Amino acid sequence: MVVLAHGFGCDQNLWRLVVPVLAEHFRVVLFDHVGAGRSDLAAWDERRYSSLDGYAEDVVEVCRDLDVGPVVLVGHSVSAMIGVLAVVAEPDLFSGLVLLTPSPRYVDDGDYRGGFSAADIDELLESLDSNYLGWSAALAPVIMGNPDRPELGEELENSFCRTDPKIARVFARATFLSDNRADLESVSVPSLVVQCAHDAIAPPEVGAFVHDRIRGSELVTLDATGHCPQLSAPAETAAAIIPFAARVGG
Amino acid sequence: MTGDRIGALPQESLEDLYDHAPCGYLSTSLDGRIVRVNATLLSWLGHSREEVVGGRRFADLLTVGGRIYHETHFAPLLRMQGEVGGVALELVASDGRRLPVLATSVLKHDEEGRPALIRTTLFDARDRRAYEQELLRARQQADGERDRYQRLATTLQRSLLPPALPRVPGVETAAYYHAASVDEVGGDFYDLFPLTRDRWGLFLGDVCGKGAGAATIASVARYTLRAAAVQDSDPRAVLRTLNTVLGQEDGHRFCTVLFGLLTPTADGCTVALAGGGHPPALLLRADGTAEPQDLVGGQLVGLLSDACFTARTVTLGPGDTLLFYTDGITEARVAADRSRYGDEALLEFAAALAPRGAADTVTAVRELLTGFGPGVDDDTAVLALGVPPVSRS
Repeated sequence: MVVLAHGFGCDQNLWRLVVPVLAEHFRVVLFDHVGAGRSDLAAWDERRYSSLDGYAEDVVEVCRDLDVGPVVLVGHSVSAMIGVLAVVAEPDLFSGLVLLTPSPRYVDDGDYRGGFSAADIDELLESLDSNYLGWSAALAPVIMGNPDRPELGEELENSFCRTDPKIARVFARATFLSDNRADLESVSVPSLVVQCAHDAIAPPEVGAFVHDRIRGSELVTLDATGHCPQLSAPAETAAAIIPFAARVGG
Repeated sequence: MTGDRIGALPQESLEDLYDHAPCGYLSTSLDGRIVRVNATLLSWLGHSREEVVGGRRFADLLTVGGRIYHETHFAPLLRMQGEVGGVALELVASDGRRLPVLATSVLKHDEEGRPALIRTTLFDARDRRAYEQELLRARQQADGERDRYQRLATTLQRSLLPPALPRVPGVETAAYYHAASVDEVGGDFYDLFPLTRDRWGLFLGDVCGKGAGAATIASVARYTLRAAAVQDSDPRAVLRTLNTVLGQEDGHRFCTVLFGLLTPTADGCTVALAGGGHPPALLLRADGTAEPQDLVGGQLVGLLSDACFTARTVTLGPGDTLLFYTDGITEARVAADRSRYGDEALLEFAAALAPRGAADTVTAVRELLTGFGPGVDDDTAVLALGVPPVSRS
């Protein structure tokens, strides 16, 4: 079984192009992190979700509830690090970890190049605020629950990537200000790093760093652009995941 | 003749329309590299065509924060939906200036239906962004003021209540304050304090109304009762002093109060009570019964200059608990028809609890209040005195 964890920005819909391919080989489990997509916003708590540990506990809980033995966890972007925390906490629940465009630390630190400065992250938080008005106007009817107009909940434009700005802000801080470099060495399950040749968020040097720090991990570099190869290069992404997951027992 | 007046319609060229449209045009390959750009956008950016076409990606024209937003939101949405509209981004011009724009992109497909090209329009959003930022600032300011006010209300509320109850030999004591709203300070108050080596004063009351005005009166009531209790050992005289003081306050504020003098005895304690218009304390007896300790005839404190107050003495033996409360609990709306909880229901609740110690009684009442949720629209103060049962050993 393969569990797909989405990253910062959008929701499980981001996996839609790879799911049909993966489903030919494995049972595939999708979920939305609390605060994203169609998750129950009432379950969101600022303190719990201010660090990646809260998300990692949720992943552990999901995998434990599946109760099917060890699963292969595929974490995209920040969920790669959430996955690291989850497999370190409960290695018995996981037969393998796929880190898709991972970065253990986005902010530069001494010799380490994450690619961003603290001021850049503040700028991102501003960008989230600037796209605030569109959120409340369009999504409020769905959030409020609107049984008379089910179509509102159906295919609301941009809804996959629209998040309550307050929640997005907390998730953005947890994502871009965390430092999980030290956690990489504690990963004890078979791991595969999949990165893109051109990724403005997680450049190849960062993927190489992750590969270097996780003992025995494999590295695949896709000839793809952007931070979301599951959308820009779905066939290649699935082709990287499938043999690994089959071998470790997905 | 008419043709002369209207004149010939001006000619429009598509090429010129593209290049000098009142918005920025940009076409990129799927990996984001710019393949075509119009003159309007180049003039905004201060770049030459050669600097932009071929090498740069759309995301390279954005602020770093905008680039992250582009990669995590804009680009994925575009791939999934085929279009994205009205997203606020900032361009960085060659001289470092920032240009707020609203971006809309569509995916153009080739003849076989495969995505081939991304077309983007950028509208100058300086005025709009300035206005939005004003709105955002106003909202953040309002949020900040609200937080500040809540902190103020909480601090003020706390100043009306004792930080902890003093220890009374042979008597278990417990109290709880249930705030109905974090925005509004309530007018409920209570206290328990030593008077002499073997006597304690206590009171619990409720000022009519809410807000800063009610809190001020609660504060006046609290220090007046404490001072008067030192001077006078007659509970009714203490309430008369409070009545006189409140009568001198502006604004015709009044309150309801139960005041008591607690004296430990060999096997329990006595509480000499005086009442001014307050709901009766409930006595939860060791035998499992509960009854209100009526003080019928006591009038509101601070309303009439010659108000009359009533008195009675309650004796607590082992296993007995005396519960004081304000009417926030009995006035709570607890049913779909918004009917109130009521005195009868509270008495039944107390009888079901009895026999029960002071701390356990207060815990049970707290859980009851929490269970009412938003149905509790007024603050509730609870104070309990209990004599522990004699141990069987």
